[in-house]
Amino acid sequence: MSYVIVGETGEWELVIGLEVHAQVISKSKLFSGAATDFGAEPNTQVSLVDAAMPGMLPVINGTCIEQAVRTGLGLKAKINMTSVFARKNYFYADLPQGYQISQYEYPIVGEGEVILDMPDGTTRTVGIERLHLEQDAGKSLHDQHPSKSLIDLNRSGVALMEIVSKPDMRSPEEAAAYVTKLRSILRYLGTCDGNMAEGSMRCDANVSVRKAGEPYRTRAEIKNVNSIRFLQQAIEYEARRQIDVYEDGGQVVQETRLFDANKGETRSMRSKEHAHDYRYFPDPDLLPLNLTPAFVEAIKETLPELPDEKKDRFIGDYALSPYDAGLLVAEQAMADFFEAVAKGRDAKMACNWVMGDFSAAMNRTGRSIDNPPVSAADLGGLIDLIADNTISGRLAKEVFELMVETGKAPAVIVEEKGLKQVTDTGAIETAIDGVLAANGDKVAEYRSGKDKLFGFFVGQVMKTTGGKANPAMVNEILKKKLG
Amino acid sequence: MSLDKDTVRNIANLARLEVREDELDHLAGELSNILQFVEQLAEVDTDGVAPMTSVAHMELRRRVDEVTDGNYPEKVLANAPERIDGFFVVPKVVE
Amino acid sequence: MSELTKLTMAEAREGLKAKRFTAVELANAHLAAMAAAKGLNAFVTETPDLALERARQSDERLAKGEAGAMEGLPIGMKDLFCTEGVRSTASSRILENFVPQYESTVSGKLKAAGAVVLGKTALDEFAMGSSNMTSAFGPVINPWRRTSDPSVQLVPGGSSGGSAAAVAARLVMGATGTDTGGSIRQPASFCGLVGIKPTYGRCSRWGIVAFASSLDQAGPMTRTVRDAALMLGSMVGFDPKDSTSADVAVPDFEAALTGDIRGLKVGIPKEYRPDGLSAEISKLWEDGVAMLKDAGATPVEISLPHTKYALATYYIVAPAECSSNLARYDGVRYGMRVEGKTLDEMYAKTRAAGFGAEVRRRILIGTYVLSAGYYDAYYIKAQKVRRLIADDFAKAFQTVDVILTPTAPSAAFGLGETDDNPITMWLNDVFTIPTSMAGLPGLSLPTGLSSDGLPLGLQLIGRPFDEETVLKVAEVMERAAGFTAVPAGM
Repeated sequence: MSYVIVGETGEWELVIGLEVHAQVISKSKLFSGAATDFGAEPNTQVSLVDAAMPGMLPVINGTCIEQAVRTGLGLKAKINMTSVFARKNYFYADLPQGYQISQYEYPIVGEGEVILDMPDGTTRTVGIERLHLEQDAGKSLHDQHPSKSLIDLNRSGVALMEIVSKPDMRSPEEAAAYVTKLRSILRYLGTCDGNMAEGSMRCDANVSVRKAGEPYRTRAEIKNVNSIRFLQQAIEYEARRQIDVYEDGGQVVQETRLFDANKGETRSMRSKEHAHDYRYFPDPDLLPLNLTPAFVEAIKETLPELPDEKKDRFIGDYALSPYDAGLLVAEQAMADFFEAVAKGRDAKMACNWVMGDFSAAMNRTGRSIDNPPVSAADLGGLIDLIADNTISGRLAKEVFELMVETGKAPAVIVEEKGLKQVTDTGAIETAIDGVLAANGDKVAEYRSGKDKLFGFFVGQVMKTTGGKANPAMVNEILKKKLG
Repeated sequence: MSLDKDTVRNIANLARLEVREDELDHLAGELSNILQFVEQLAEVDTDGVAPMTSVAHMELRRRVDEVTDGNYPEKVLANAPERIDGFFVVPKVVE
Repeated sequence: MSELTKLTMAEAREGLKAKRFTAVELANAHLAAMAAAKGLNAFVTETPDLALERARQSDERLAKGEAGAMEGLPIGMKDLFCTEGVRSTASSRILENFVPQYESTVSGKLKAAGAVVLGKTALDEFAMGSSNMTSAFGPVINPWRRTSDPSVQLVPGGSSGGSAAAVAARLVMGATGTDTGGSIRQPASFCGLVGIKPTYGRCSRWGIVAFASSLDQAGPMTRTVRDAALMLGSMVGFDPKDSTSADVAVPDFEAALTGDIRGLKVGIPKEYRPDGLSAEISKLWEDGVAMLKDAGATPVEISLPHTKYALATYYIVAPAECSSNLARYDGVRYGMRVEGKTLDEMYAKTRAAGFGAEVRRRILIGTYVLSAGYYDAYYIKAQKVRRLIADDFAKAFQTVDVILTPTAPSAAFGLGETDDNPITMWLNDVFTIPTSMAGLPGLSLPTGLSSDGLPLGLQLIGRPFDEETVLKVAEVMERAAGFTAVPAGM
């Protein structure tokens, strides 16, 4: 079922490629020893090298190299044993050197792939073209002064991994799924925190449209979209814009555009679009980067179980659906939490509780999986109480809310509130007898065909027992007595 | 290779060097002259020769990932032609 | 002229140790000479107060017996080295008022060794030139004059012309230079000095204003080979802040001056005798060969077939690298700024006002040869020819230990005697450029005078990291040549 946009002249396909800039998790910058933390006072995390003072020289951060290789392995990509750092030359106020040290012809990582988990449970594979290391630029503030822009170089020189996909995506949803999956992988690997709001992961989308069967048409680039939701909106808008251009008889221009989140539109960047000739050449202040197979192997051995593998294992070991498994493994901490809850218990029940009431409680209380509203041990304990019939599933929900409120263990709460389920057959029979006796007319109506009244009787029995009667037993005995 | 005024104008723009209109002709001539000189390299047989970008005979040295630098904004801003608080200042850029 | 300014560094070192004079006296003698020689325009910034303070500290250390290798010796510092708290301009308007908040590794090492810096010497703007005429602060005048017409002002060579003039005029005992295509060796030749460009990677480039990153090297300019060995020892050494800095041991360069070169093979490249090589230079070279033969070395004719392409290669590679290295001079964070209505206008006006004609020329050529469509034909091609040039030397060094060539095609020329063609000026470096392209150590020493009384130099080229052999052979030649001439009036 492919995604198309219906225009005046027929159906149009989308072709989408994404370039993601992911800030590498490292203490210091790619080529300088300055710190990389977010939110510092302006120009306090700037070394002389970052400020491009005369005579300054780059020295590469070994950890950044490892992080790039680790990411490449996580993307099932080819690690290039030799790569070269090249200067990308252009002028901008947040680019102190007048060039960015990047990689051009010889990137550190080659082709790989990302498997997308689509909302309907299917998967699609998107190719990775390459990954390379490069310096981030500083920050310009254009809205602090009427006629001047302010420049903060704290971010200048921070290590980025530029991850370029192949133009394999065909819908805004696929693009969203790609970014979601990529972010998940990077977080699992510990190579990028994927915080789009803070800018540690940024997306540029290359969008073009075409009629089915055509070769690729001209693409436009939408820069720096900082949320997955905006990414989808921007792609959708841009695709329609291009279709309108073509259907009006025009040509799409290869250009860079910005997404205006307020208006929901993309617009052309005013800035100098004339020939961005970057004049790439190997940086003469550096040497080629040569890796050894042993170096790469050593990193490979430290890779965690990644989302795809974990998802497959969850499907196999816990008999979960691909959809459920996919949701659980999106965040590693969540997956770990689930496994702690599911260990030695009914996995499906564990899954339902984690994805249901527990996730809702997290959202409600504004907590995160690193500081959960209920511990895995306690949630597991609650499930145990349901499994051994101490409480009913419905009562368990109440107990759970009390766990969130009070932080107490489930057994403690059940004890304190006297919520133990009534499973004594005799007690239930007595309760049922009482209800049936008090509602003789309804009993007669039921026996003459009004089946819906069964629920009424169940409700009355629950009321009588303060909600503690075991529902299954109530049903069974009630059926027998009603006939 | 002979350069014309337009090419010189483009290169000057790439290099962010303002060149007066009345300088363009002379500059085009000078640069063409130089390019003609260096074009003699075309006669050298370089088949199978790898380009040499560095005469340094060693491996790229890697630094340990520690914070060893920065945190001296006054030094960084000391020579700034213009500053506002802790920022460098440039004419406003409209995107 | 004080007797103190006639001493070599080695002699001064000995004199200080023997307490015949103090570092302060040494400094004062040279400061006085500087004051009397302002007409040479050798200095961009003079720092007499700082110098005397350092000299005082040197005397304290000397008294305690804690003298460093360069203790108390007055030197000049080429204004391409960033010196903390002291204006560093690269002889350019764009850095006219730039005061670095940091010290370059090499100048820092010299200071740590006790050297007393008297001031920042002038250079061709951003180290681009062979005459020191492109300095934004006026040309430097060579202290040497022609016997036939002493009224003509001569260039000291470049780009380290200020350092060369200052050393030759005895305003300092030695000075730092940098050499990218010959900028130490050629002015050394024009001013009758010893100048050595060590192997690429010997000296750290950290804190030296970058011109062409794969070629730039710092080195000493002195009046004797021993002084060069002495000063070089306090300049070299591995620097972790420079990724192209070689992690190799620092030899005792002075100890290498054994005086014994018997059995050494000296390469004489036939390609360094182009048509039109002056008879004078030719004879100088032959005399040099004879000196080495007398000392027991064996001359061997060698071929460096790609020599004639080195100039073209250099004038693609160096401008390409400089066009990128000089992009940072944009008026945003330091240096000159010319206001503009937009950011791009500010850039364009600032750089046009701040850079001189030669710098602008090289930036434009460099930008062109890297640009789309031309990168392969020019830049990549040049880097391939560069490898061939380096291979030529590597092959030659399989059969010889050192190579002897002239340093420059002529003696110092007059200020007004150049034509408009930039290439004419570039031809001054035709003998020195190949060494730089291959990253090899190269030294120039004066071995004779031209018929018009001007110094002429010969160049020695060595294997990578074999400065010791180069210095050893140079010292033998120095003794054999017996070059004692000094500029008139010294």
